[in-house]
Amino acid sequence: MIQTIKMAYRDLGRNRRRSFFSALALGMGLALLLLIASVVKGEYRGAMDSSIQLQTGDLQVMAKTYDENKTSLAWEDLVANPDQIAAQIGAMGQVLAATPRLYASGIAGAGNQSVGVRIIGIDPNSAGNDIFHRAMTGGEYLTADDRSGVLMGQTLAKKLGLKPGDSIDLLVNTANGNTDEQIFTVRGIFNTHTPGFDQGSLFMPLAKAQAFTGTENHASVINVLLKNIDDTGPVAAALTTSQYRVQTYLQANQILADTEAMANSYMAFLYLIVLAITATVIVNTLMMAVFERTREIGILSAIGMKASRIMAMFFAESGLLAVGGILMGLVLGSVMVALATRYGFYIGDIGMTGLLLGDRIYAYPAVSDGVVLTVATFIVALLAALYPAILAARLEPVQALHSGD
Amino acid sequence: MDVAKVENVTRVFRIGKVETAALRGVNLTVESGEFTALVGPSGSGKTTLLQLIGCLDQPTSGRVYINGKDVSKLSRNQRADVRRGALGFIFQFFALIPTLTAYENIEMPLLLAGEKASARKARVTELLDAVGLSDRAGNRPDQLSGGQQQRVAIARALATRPSLILADEPTANLDTPNGQQVMEIMTRLNQETGVTFVFATHDPRVIKYAHRVVTLRDGCVVETAGEEKIAAGV
Repeated sequence: MIQTIKMAYRDLGRNRRRSFFSALALGMGLALLLLIASVVKGEYRGAMDSSIQLQTGDLQVMAKTYDENKTSLAWEDLVANPDQIAAQIGAMGQVLAATPRLYASGIAGAGNQSVGVRIIGIDPNSAGNDIFHRAMTGGEYLTADDRSGVLMGQTLAKKLGLKPGDSIDLLVNTANGNTDEQIFTVRGIFNTHTPGFDQGSLFMPLAKAQAFTGTENHASVINVLLKNIDDTGPVAAALTTSQYRVQTYLQANQILADTEAMANSYMAFLYLIVLAITATVIVNTLMMAVFERTREIGILSAIGMKASRIMAMFFAESGLLAVGGILMGLVLGSVMVALATRYGFYIGDIGMTGLLLGDRIYAYPAVSDGVVLTVATFIVALLAALYPAILAARLEPVQALHSGD
Repeated sequence: MDVAKVENVTRVFRIGKVETAALRGVNLTVESGEFTALVGPSGSGKTTLLQLIGCLDQPTSGRVYINGKDVSKLSRNQRADVRRGALGFIFQFFALIPTLTAYENIEMPLLLAGEKASARKARVTELLDAVGLSDRAGNRPDQLSGGQQQRVAIARALATRPSLILADEPTANLDTPNGQQVMEIMTRLNQETGVTFVFATHDPRVIKYAHRVVTLRDGCVVETAGEEKIAAGV
């Protein structure tokens, strides 16, 4: 075995440049796959994080009849005394923050432009809304007793041509099925770098939102952030009552999970294509080796080397090329993934329905992806050696010995 | 005892629709300890006969026996086993593995035979000494002269202590001094170890070393000379 590997190593050394570039091709394929895998994972992880931070929390407590897709404002569909319930939930040891939110649909108008918005009533002082405070890019953050101020996303402000201090006309659906309209002042502008959120969200203090929509001391949901996301299940079970249901971030983002599963299927197909392309390089290299060393194969066969051992020589060469390629690929891939993790890729607003994608995708490297792709690359490299190895093993000693005569 | 026996062997090569008979009903028996030359003009079937005796090829008809065993119809792997255990080869073009050192080339048949490391080392050292290349053990073929390469090939052929060594034009690519040296080494090893040599040649300077000369022409054995020397134990 050691002798076989030694021979394979020396055979590869005969044409160092060819062997190097073959291994490099394999390495680049692996590096590319590592980058793609980490970026795709990062994309969905980023979308999930955005959704949790901006929208769903780790879990949401809501009335059993509340349909989040219809944004109902009927009192029976809302959580009564939300501040009190949020305080009770916030007292649980696993909970980082619990904050009520009121969602209403409306239309924002400025000048001769208008656009549909989601009006969100929040408690500006809650730690559960710190993300919006941190995302402020202009103006001031809200205070709980502000009766005329709103915060809006940078994308929306740009669309309506608004800046802090400008007036905005809001039309909103109310609890009794009517509409109400008021003039507000743009108190501040935020940028969460999530265009899908920033272009349609508008915040105002919860008390003002309740007054504006006629929902009085009610909220659509209690948003809950946990200290440890792994506690979602137990906390959700503890909070479920006959009156309220709990929706976890996984349930709220089912479309994201489904999309990721579908994307992973496509990715597996892409992996196969990339690996197949790199495999052809290995096949070509080993085929060249078989043709160049036909006489030597004949010599080895003449002195009693069996077909299986001749095949093993080519598998060893392919294995060594794979090891070299994988090492290069891991180094190259690690650098690429590290850069993509640090700086990300700017994608702007690609507007995928149902996904809160950030305007920049960051890679999220996973050890499992590295292991799976490394093993897959090695296996594909060995499989690529199959045909050249069989070709070599099937050479008739007599013909092989006289090749090139 | 017969080391090799060829019974009414024919070998027909087909190229496209054209059939060419390289051997036509050849009969030959090689006794243990012989030092036999196969001679004849180009195309007479010398190399083909060596290849059939060496289990590198299979006859179209007839039988080939090695140490009493019929090897005519063996599978590819079975023939490899026979070559590894009973036969040694020396080729015209030296036929060393260029990436292996002289030591490693000689060691290769022992590795294939599954010899232990200590036994391999002892045997290779002994053979390097026998062919006068102890100081060249670490050299690769491209660092050796043609004569030295052929001596390594002789050592490799002897490595597994085969009963029969087949040499195809072993001096054809050597100058006269190196050719003589190679033939002298082969003769000495034949005498010292009793290993049987059958070699193909058309070099008159080489034929003189043979104890028996088998002449082929147009795929047939037309003359055998020198048996009386072997019978006399010369």
